[in-house]
Amino acid sequence: MTIRCEIVSQDRTVFAGDVDIVVLPGAAGEMGILPKHAPVLTTLKFGVIKVRVGGKEELFSVAGGVAEVQPDIVTVLADRGSENIQDIDVVRAEAAKKRAEEYLSNTSPAETDRYLIMEAALRRANLRLDVVQRYRKSGMRIPPSDK
Amino acid sequence: MASAREMRLRIKSVKNISQVTRALETVSASKVRKAINAVTATRSYATKAWQVLRHVAEQPGRDSLHPLLAQRKSVKNTLVVVVTGDRGLAGAYNSNVIRFVSHRFDPLTGSGQHSNPVPVKYIAVGRKGRDLLVRRGKNVIADFSNLPAAPTFSDVSAIGHLAVEEFKNGLADEVYLVYTDFVNMGRQIATVKKILPLELEGEGLVENFEHKSAGPTAAYEYEPDMRVILDEIIPRFTALQVYQAILESQASEHAARMIAMRNATDNAKELVSALQLAYNKVRQQGITNDILDIVGGAEALSAK
Repeated sequence: MTIRCEIVSQDRTVFAGDVDIVVLPGAAGEMGILPKHAPVLTTLKFGVIKVRVGGKEELFSVAGGVAEVQPDIVTVLADRGSENIQDIDVVRAEAAKKRAEEYLSNTSPAETDRYLIMEAALRRANLRLDVVQRYRKSGMRIPPSDK
Repeated sequence: MASAREMRLRIKSVKNISQVTRALETVSASKVRKAINAVTATRSYATKAWQVLRHVAEQPGRDSLHPLLAQRKSVKNTLVVVVTGDRGLAGAYNSNVIRFVSHRFDPLTGSGQHSNPVPVKYIAVGRKGRDLLVRRGKNVIADFSNLPAAPTFSDVSAIGHLAVEEFKNGLADEVYLVYTDFVNMGRQIATVKKILPLELEGEGLVENFEHKSAGPTAAYEYEPDMRVILDEIIPRFTALQVYQAILESQASEHAARMIAMRNATDNAKELVSALQLAYNKVRQQGITNDILDIVGGAEALSAK
């Protein structure tokens, strides 16, 4: 018994496949979705989506969005910044974090668009780094990106 | 008739032009392909978002779902987002869009038969469109020019947000999107779509549904609640439609430019061969005259 899981962001499909369980960072807390779950529509927080297929776990960072759960399918409409954590480029995320922090510390927190954009960028960069750190520590073997 | 030297220069310059147009044609051909791929990549999100919206719409008590879904009783202001290119040399691509806009929206403003005129405001995407709209004396409230060649969603999401803001604040009661639909390499059609208020009935605004699921059997649970979720989805969906329209328009622009440049190259070739023929005649004429001179001179000498 599996449930279909599709994670799409605005410009690409991040993940699509039949899985055993999906764990979402829902607005009201983590929620694990098994097949035949009741229909739910929820917003997502910044965090990690876990997808398990036959004992193997795949993890995806997600920077907010909406998830629709139906008995046979979970659809995640993810915002920008959703990706398989194996594909996260730590060097790039760190550079982005540094850039954003520099900008934010040199600018008054007026609500200009630029300020908000940089703030969002910083949050995304932090999310990526945080996710990588947590899951690389916890024994998950993540090969350095050789692609 | 021009002198042989002048004609030689003319042939040379036409040949140069044809080289430039051929290069532009090749460049556009590869850009079309990229733009089409980008459009395809956005389809999955658009399809999914649309399905979610439809499912929500099928829930009971949907009359007052969300302000962005509500039809307004009287339309006092209309906003049109017009997508064109930043550059010319693309055949009739830009002027087709503007002609379509005039044809579709000028009657609304009350020039003549329409009973209650509605002011129309414009958001221009692309420099050519902005210039043409301003020249025609339209009310252009915002201008998004010089977009990057392959825009990402975040490059253009501001356009959608602006449209949503205008609608929310009551500065526009209907928002339309005019862009160029890419049918195939030889055919691009200026098209209009109503993006706000969002109409959930009918075929929908997204093409190429992969599959239509039957919809949920039970009512949804919402976390935290329906309003918050719709607040998330609808503005994004609107922005995504704008994004798709821009990508679609870019594919059309490059295709139009490719065809225009191919025609220019063909014309240049024709011109060169016509000029070459004329030049050869002039040259031959010159040689014949020279020979006649010499022969005439020789005759005159031997006659003495």
